[in-house]
Amino acid sequence: MAEPWEDDELDGPVRKFMYVNRRAPYGTIYALESLEVVLIAAAFEQDVSLVFMDDGVYQIKKEQNTDAIGVKNFSPTYRALEGYDVEKLYVEKESLESRGLTIDDLIVPVQVVEKDQLAELMEEQEVILSF
Amino acid sequence: MPIEVNGKSLEVDEEGYLANLNEWEPEVATIMAREDGTELTENHWEVINFLREYYEEYQIAPAVRVLTKAIGKKLGKDKGNSKYLYELFPYGPAKQACKYSGLPKPTGCV
Repeated sequence: MAEPWEDDELDGPVRKFMYVNRRAPYGTIYALESLEVVLIAAAFEQDVSLVFMDDGVYQIKKEQNTDAIGVKNFSPTYRALEGYDVEKLYVEKESLESRGLTIDDLIVPVQVVEKDQLAELMEEQEVILSF
Repeated sequence: MPIEVNGKSLEVDEEGYLANLNEWEPEVATIMAREDGTELTENHWEVINFLREYYEEYQIAPAVRVLTKAIGKKLGKDKGNSKYLYELFPYGPAKQACKYSGLPKPTGCV
């Protein structure tokens, strides 16, 4: 029988999962739930990528302060993604620009992509989940 | 059942994780470990303190693979491996060490 420490190499297929985040971070549970399932997929060593578009770009905006709404500011957790080997973070260009934001406003390094590039990336996926 | 620490009664969930992580103090780890029949050593405290800092920075408890890698980066390769961490925390390094550290159960842990 394998020792417990020999058991952490996971077998099974690795699939390409894309998580599309389109909503503001607070007010609904979608952003936090998406982040949780991203971490779970990453813990199971899947090929994970994230897209932030529409109001979803606010999820990774710097200097969030949730004191007045009494919920936890979970934005620091996006910075943990690198440690989970989740490094494919895409932001849709028009969504970013139309909100007056640039990559300097974001807490994590991202790749800014045009809509048609995004469509190509989506073509490559096996699973796409929209939040 | 709540645990008694320094005359205070601290709420825990059904698996023994602290309900309110702000109530954590080092004595919590010592008492939880003693209930598991373990006396904490310097090596345990290294991991517990690491987890406290990790949570402070990222607001989550890391998955075991992430913990192992991060420990290796910070404390060296002889400590950043599963065998070493399982010897310290036989119930599973992420699960057990997070519990002693007052953190929630790691995301993705079943």
